[in-house]
Amino acid sequence: MHKKSLTELSEGLKQGQYSSVELTQYFIDRINTYQPTLNALITVTEESALQEAKQADELIKSGDAGDLTGIPIIHKDIFCTKGIKTTCASKMLDNFIAPYSSTVTQNLESAGMVMLGKANMDEFAMGSSNETSYYGAVKNPWQLDKVPGGSSGGSAAAVAAKLAPVSTGTDTGGSIRQPAALCGVTGLKPTYGRISRFGMIAFASSLDQAGTFTSSAEDAAKLLQVMAGFDERDSTSIDKPVPDYSATLNDSVAGLKIGLPKQYFDPGLDPLMAEKIEQALDAYKKMGASIIDIDLPHTDQSIPVYYVVAPAECSSNLSRFDGVRYGYRCQQPKDLDDLYKRSRSEGFGEEVKRRIMIGAYTLSAGYYDAYYIKAQKLRRLISEDFKQAFSKVDVIMGPVTPTTAFNIGEKLDDPVSMYLSDIYTIAVNLAGLPGLSIPAGFIDDMPMGLQLIGNYFEEGKLLNIAHQYQQVTDFHRQTPNL
Amino acid sequence: MSLNSSDIEKIAQLAKLNINQDKQADYLKNLGNILQLVDKMQTVDTDKIAPMAHPLDGMQRLRTDEVTEKNQRKVFQEIAPATEAGLYLVPKVIE
Repeated sequence: MHKKSLTELSEGLKQGQYSSVELTQYFIDRINTYQPTLNALITVTEESALQEAKQADELIKSGDAGDLTGIPIIHKDIFCTKGIKTTCASKMLDNFIAPYSSTVTQNLESAGMVMLGKANMDEFAMGSSNETSYYGAVKNPWQLDKVPGGSSGGSAAAVAAKLAPVSTGTDTGGSIRQPAALCGVTGLKPTYGRISRFGMIAFASSLDQAGTFTSSAEDAAKLLQVMAGFDERDSTSIDKPVPDYSATLNDSVAGLKIGLPKQYFDPGLDPLMAEKIEQALDAYKKMGASIIDIDLPHTDQSIPVYYVVAPAECSSNLSRFDGVRYGYRCQQPKDLDDLYKRSRSEGFGEEVKRRIMIGAYTLSAGYYDAYYIKAQKLRRLISEDFKQAFSKVDVIMGPVTPTTAFNIGEKLDDPVSMYLSDIYTIAVNLAGLPGLSIPAGFIDDMPMGLQLIGNYFEEGKLLNIAHQYQQVTDFHRQTPNL
Repeated sequence: MSLNSSDIEKIAQLAKLNINQDKQADYLKNLGNILQLVDKMQTVDTDKIAPMAHPLDGMQRLRTDEVTEKNQRKVFQEIAPATEAGLYLVPKVIE
């Protein structure tokens, strides 16, 4: 049952082959079996899940069920869920019971989805390996001594290990696409502003975007349908109609123009990875697509720009954690300054503190223009590169990561080497474009991902292009032996 | 731009963080490496480029000036570390 897609499970529910309660119990049993090995979740919400499943079953009986009704889901622990612990994988929020729900989780709940629990992640979404979590590292289900990627590592590992058919994540610099690639699942990061950020704990507000982990593009289309849309409670949400993402999945890709950025095939890319990308492109050529070489000349600036913009916004956003209104508070502060400093120093982990420090420095008097403004100017150049490219091609393709999953502990002591592994994903966030990672093969039994980058609000086209690939390949149907 | 120990102390003060003496060297090294990475930005001339604040050049939306939220002080204070009579408690600020 766990190998079935969301689409197949939804059919099974509607036809009465099993109830949502049975389905929910089945996945809870899988969580209980594999959680001790994988550490993919921070909180399991067994009791409320079974209650939600009961309600879903009534809805299904009454004939009012939608595509998502009764389907179990796991949410990244960055989304506030009312009455349920929401930690962002930080000691700072270890005791935080969210007093309200995020728009994302609320919309999915209203569609009848059943929340099984909250996924582990890098602390405050800062990391590319899920090793910075206060609750410990998540293991890659394909090989337990490898990282699952990050920051949405728990969400990716959970779908790869089939602890839930689908999950949510967030992507600030690659945090959906990179773990999706390293865990062999389909990961979608939509256009900035497509999905509401309300109730999603902020890291870098001009980059953060919610998205999905699924086993296929077809399933992603169904989730995005409910998650996307304008929300007046998010000031950067875009008021634009949401197209029917499932309706265009079967469109032909004949005549599709695929852009191949030469900067994404640099010496840092594992030659075996490049080979797999070539094979995926061959599959598209067979379907009638053509490949066009394109130039994204400012690609090498994306990591420097990101490591100014993201820490600056992080230092500003995380200033709210003061030990006064919610979250961790130190014992017996001797004065107000001591309360702030000790609560923050004891509540935040090393990587979070490092980024706050960088942000505080680059935003400080005398340095703001040289760092933040400079970065925002370069951000425009990076964005212009993509604009130029999309005047010639329909979609851009390339690798998601330079290599497959690295070993747990391998890069933890060297932040810069960890940052450099995000080279192919970061520019997409800086430009605010949608990106998708789909499984496209295995290297030494570890999955790798093909990245699809679309123009603004062309999630439908990305999902269509991915779906067509998934009709002629079965990499997305492979599951790890646990 | 290279940092020294007094820079680390100054940044920590701005960030409201305590950096232990035994961690100073780590911070110096890691922050120095990150700033070195970031310095690559200076190789591109951006004099005539406008900073980009929003990918789609979105503007702040305005709404009519009316009360839309109800007071939820009790709900919010339930998760506060220390409150009394509807107030948040902090160490004494004025002697």
